[in-house]
Amino acid sequence: MLYREAGQFKTSYAADQQIFPIRQDRIGILIILAIAFFAVPMLFSEYWLKAILIPFLIFSLAALGLNILTGYAGQLSLGSAAFMAVGAFASYNFMLRVDGMPILLAFIGGGLAAAAVGIAFGLPSLRIKGFYLAVATLAAQFFIVWLLTKVGWFSNYSSSGVITAQDMEILGYRFVTPEAKYLLVLAIVVVLALLAKNMVRSSVGRAWMAVRDMDVAAEVIGIRIMHTKLLAFAVSSFYCGVAGALYAFAYIGTVEPEGFSLDLSFKILFMIIIGGVGSISGAFLGAAFIVLLPIALDVIVQQWLAGVLPPSVSSNLQLIVFGGLIIFFLIVEPHGLARLWQIGKEKLRLWPFPH
Amino acid sequence: MQFFIEVLLGGLLSGVMYSFVALGFVLIYKASGVFNFAQGAMVFAAALTFVGFQEMGLPFPAALLAAFAVMVVLGIVTERVVLRPLVNQPPITLFMATIGLTYVIEGLAQGVWGANVRGLELGIEDVPVQWLMDSTGIGVSTFDLFGAGVAALLVTLLALFFQYTRIGRALRAVADDHQAALSIGIPLQTIWRIVWAVAGFVALVAGLIWGARNGVSFSLTFTALKALPVLILGGFTSIPGAIVGGLIIGSTEKLAEVYLGEYVGGGIDSWFPYVMALAFLLVRPEGLFGEKHIDRV
Repeated sequence: MLYREAGQFKTSYAADQQIFPIRQDRIGILIILAIAFFAVPMLFSEYWLKAILIPFLIFSLAALGLNILTGYAGQLSLGSAAFMAVGAFASYNFMLRVDGMPILLAFIGGGLAAAAVGIAFGLPSLRIKGFYLAVATLAAQFFIVWLLTKVGWFSNYSSSGVITAQDMEILGYRFVTPEAKYLLVLAIVVVLALLAKNMVRSSVGRAWMAVRDMDVAAEVIGIRIMHTKLLAFAVSSFYCGVAGALYAFAYIGTVEPEGFSLDLSFKILFMIIIGGVGSISGAFLGAAFIVLLPIALDVIVQQWLAGVLPPSVSSNLQLIVFGGLIIFFLIVEPHGLARLWQIGKEKLRLWPFPH
Repeated sequence: MQFFIEVLLGGLLSGVMYSFVALGFVLIYKASGVFNFAQGAMVFAAALTFVGFQEMGLPFPAALLAAFAVMVVLGIVTERVVLRPLVNQPPITLFMATIGLTYVIEGLAQGVWGANVRGLELGIEDVPVQWLMDSTGIGVSTFDLFGAGVAALLVTLLALFFQYTRIGRALRAVADDHQAALSIGIPLQTIWRIVWAVAGFVALVAGLIWGARNGVSFSLTFTALKALPVLILGGFTSIPGAIVGGLIIGSTEKLAEVYLGEYVGGGIDSWFPYVMALAFLLVRPEGLFGEKHIDRV
């Protein structure tokens, strides 16, 4: 009843091709954006903004990047954290070495640097496929982290490669409070998400999906494999790079190369698997799940089991529950949380009638 | 020259250790197409279980048997709880499930046996072989030689098992073609259970050797990361590939560390094997011994 598109006629090609063709979706998105921009900064406490919502948005962006590469173009990558590191360190160096560099340009520069590195490490994908490629991307993960640690220039010769991100300032306004940082991150994420949504429903996105489904067949019908795959690597790394820059500038403040470890790469991969491979909303749902789950587990364990269990047992218990839940979700809904939302939409369309 | 040979031999022997872990990956991938990331956690769990049983006062053979039994149970439970509900899912989903499994196994093993570092004593000293040292001046560790011997034994046993037993034939049939194997009445799920149990056994042997070398600690799980380049170099589906890949990775890694490391600041062993494997892959995209993949439209 609520979600029925009957009566919404499209009378022009523009209306047929718009980004959200169903009116309810448009209204829904506007409501979500309004809540995110206006209600959230007012209602949520500083802790929530700083420790949960900002990382959630940043990881969503990284998951979005990986989803473009893995979900749409079908190239499994285990090196996303390394591309985040490139973005973070490149932005830092842009700010450090170019006088009066605008912060947004530095973020874009960080993204572009990550994209360049992504293309370099994407080259093997032209020959190597599947899990062989996944393991090969680990080369990027380990090599980049090693390089950033060993070459002092990247971290301005600080000890052990730690960098402290500069203040963010746009047109004289300094983003210091969690609210301001949150809004800045939100704005960047929204713009990039809309861009991604448009990209995947354009000819570029369709070429990616063709390559994902069968690259030989895609080549036969005239899609340029090299161009398409490398573009996927570049765009994906750009998103990861911007996410990394935000991670350093808006979230942590001081980062070291070791912070962008393989664990982080796996976390981002978990986000897209749990959220839904090959869907934009899936990246957000998955990021919410993976960011919130450890916190929820922490709270549960500390509140209910603090007196009962020694800390060593409870930390192991968290590991077990985390792993167990991931397996559980994969079994129950292998297509991810985005699929649940799809099923919900189908139900809403008919509700309250059974057929 | 002497130094070169010494480094090369040391590298080859440590490569054998990587092969152990890669072997477990290959067995499971061959039989079920699952890229089992939990192999490293299984190595850790097996070694920890063995040491735990020894601390409880069990003698060596009994502890070995008990640890093996635990690994078999783990394999069966994994098949039942994780793999069976995920039949026919895309490989990446199964891969993620094994990463989830990694967390569960790590948590379980540490929860049961505790997280502190233990030593593991196999009764073999880590000293250079004396007669070789005297005659040629090349130092080769007895322990490494022992490890290589165990590896040779293990591979021979596995080869015999695959070649001459009924189960082994069934395993090869399943590895060849799931559908065909099913249609002639080979019980797929039983085979998977057996494969996971065998992989558990390989993990136990790897855990004992690695544990005796470096102590039984959480870092044992990182052996999986050492084994991955070996795996792609040799090919996911080849047991000889795992051994040869291990030898290549082990030797080049040590040689690079000694001869190149000083120019670039050291610590290159974290990524050098991967770059090395990548270079091989560019020439042979399915690894040295992997099955040639033919794309059809």
